[in-house]
Amino acid sequence: MSVTNAVETASPALEGSHVRDDFPILRQQIHGKPLVYLDNAATTQKPQAVIDAITHYYTTDNSNVHRGVHLLSERATAAFEAARSKATRFLNAASDREVIFVRGCTEGINLVAQSYGREFIGEGDEIIVSAIEHHSNIVPWQMLAEQTGAIVRVIPVNDEGELMLDAYERLLNVRTKLVAVGHISNALGTVNPIKTIIDRAHQHGAVVLIDGAQGAPHTPIDVQALGCDFYVFSGHKVFGPTGIGVLYGRESLLEAMSPWQGGGDMILSVSWEKTTWNSLPFKFEAGTPNIAGAIGLGAAIDYVSAVGLPRIAAWEHELLEYGTQRLLEIPRLRLVGTAREKASVLSFVLEGIHPHDIGTIVDQEGVAIRTGHHCAQPLMTRYGLSATARASIALYNTKEDIDVLADSLHKVIEVFG
Amino acid sequence: MSDMRELYQQVILDHNKNPRNFGPLESANRTAEGYNPLCGDHYTFFVEMDGDLVKNISFQGSGCAISKASASVMSSIVKGKNQEEVAELFEKFHSMVTGAAKAEDDPTLGRLAAFGGVSEHPSRIKCATLAWHTMNSVVKGEKEVVTTE
Repeated sequence: MSVTNAVETASPALEGSHVRDDFPILRQQIHGKPLVYLDNAATTQKPQAVIDAITHYYTTDNSNVHRGVHLLSERATAAFEAARSKATRFLNAASDREVIFVRGCTEGINLVAQSYGREFIGEGDEIIVSAIEHHSNIVPWQMLAEQTGAIVRVIPVNDEGELMLDAYERLLNVRTKLVAVGHISNALGTVNPIKTIIDRAHQHGAVVLIDGAQGAPHTPIDVQALGCDFYVFSGHKVFGPTGIGVLYGRESLLEAMSPWQGGGDMILSVSWEKTTWNSLPFKFEAGTPNIAGAIGLGAAIDYVSAVGLPRIAAWEHELLEYGTQRLLEIPRLRLVGTAREKASVLSFVLEGIHPHDIGTIVDQEGVAIRTGHHCAQPLMTRYGLSATARASIALYNTKEDIDVLADSLHKVIEVFG
Repeated sequence: MSDMRELYQQVILDHNKNPRNFGPLESANRTAEGYNPLCGDHYTFFVEMDGDLVKNISFQGSGCAISKASASVMSSIVKGKNQEEVAELFEKFHSMVTGAAKAEDDPTLGRLAAFGGVSEHPSRIKCATLAWHTMNSVVKGEKEVVTTE
C-alpha cells in the first residue's frame, strides 16, 4: 500500500504536505491555478491506494461473490469479506455479523427506519432527531412517522451550533423509541456529545442511531465504547469510492429485525411455501453488492488507519484554528457554527454577498468550496439564512490552502465593493 | 480574474448593488413569485398590465448577484412592451444564457448582452432565468410559484 514514507516510519505530527502526493487528483490546475480542494464534507478525494485496489479487482479478480466455486469467485469473495473485516475493526464492532454493506449513510438510515422502525415503532411513539441534521437523517424518519403515526421531536440548537442537552433531557420520555443524531454536523462542524446522548436515551429504553458521515473521516470510532445501537458511515467521505457505505447494528437488534429488501444473497432457501432468511450480515444484503466499492473502501480504511485518525484529527484541528483566525480577519465575514467542540468545517457568510457568488468567484482562483443549504434546510431556517459558504478540510489540506481561500475571499469583496 | 469579469460585468454589479424598480408597486394588478428553494433566490414581481401591455413593473426580494441583476435589468427592459415582445426577448435571453446563441451576434439584446458570460457557468443559468420565467408566467396570467430548479 502506498502510504508515504514519512508516515510509515514513525509517528511525527502529521501535516497535509506529507500525504498530498498520495492523492493524484490534487496535482491539477483549475482555471490555470493549482486546485485547492476544500469541499471535503461533500466528498473526499481518493488516494492512489484506493484507485489501485479498484483497478486490481477489475483487472484480476472480478467475479460474483458468495456463489461460485471457481477461483475468481473465491478471490472476489475473500477480498469482499476482508473489506468487511476491515470495517469491523475500523468501528470496533464485536463481529463481522454486525457490519452491513449499504450504498452509504442515506441507505443505512433508510434501512433502519424501514426495517427496525416499521417493526418496533408505532402510533404515538416518538423519534428524536436534532435541529442540525442533514436531510438524510430527517426525511427517513418523517416518512416512517407518516407510515406509522409516530411523532418526530427535535433537539433544539443554540446560536453557536451546539445541541441544547437540557431540552433533549426534557424530550425523552417513555414513548421515545429511537434517537437519531449526527456525530459531526456537515453544515457547522459541531461535534455532538454522542456518548452523553446515547447514555440518556438508553436510560429511557430508546435505541440510538448515529449518522457518522462526517465522523468517520475525522475521529476514531468505537461503537462498543459508545454503546450505540446503529452507526452509519459513507465510503466516499472517508477517501473511498461512492456507492458504498456501512451500517453497523448491534447483533441482537439486527437478529430481531426483518430484511429490508428481498432478493438474492439474503435468503437461505426459497420455495413457494416458505422462504427463509440468510444469517447476518447477509440477511440485509439483497442482490449483487458493490464488490469493487467495498474493496475500495477496505483500501481507504487501510490508508486512514496507517496515517492514524488521532494524527489526522490533530492536524485538522490545527488547520481549523488557523482557518478560523484567517477568516475572521476578513471584513464583513461571519462564521456560522462556533461550537466549542468543532471539527473540519468553516461555514460562513459575507454580509451583502450571496454564497453562490462567493463560490463562483473563488472557483476562478482554483478554490473548491460548497455553497448552499448543505442539505440542512431546517438548520438554515433556524439561523435565518438561505445559504452559507462552506470550506471543509481533510488530512491533505495545508495552511497554504487556507491562505489561498482567504486571499480569494478578499477578491470577492473587491469585486462586490 | 478575466473569466470572472466576463461573468460579473459592470452592468451586473451595478444592478445588483442598485437594483432598479425595487420595492412594491401600488398600481400592480398582477403579482408573481419566483423562488429557487435550493439556492434561496426569492423574488416577488408586481406588474401593472394594461391589456397585453406591461405598463409598469417592480420587484422585491433577495438572492445572488446574477438573479438580482437579471430581475433588475429585465424590469427595466420589459416596461412598455407587450406580451409578444416580452416572449420574444425571453426567447433571445434564454438562447444566450444557455449558450445556444452568442450575445455578440444579436445587437438587439442591448443591456441583456451583459449576461452572455452565464453560458460558461451552467450552474448559474437558473439564477439568470428566474426573473424571466416568472415574468413569463405573469404576462400569461399563470398563478403558481415559478422555479427554475
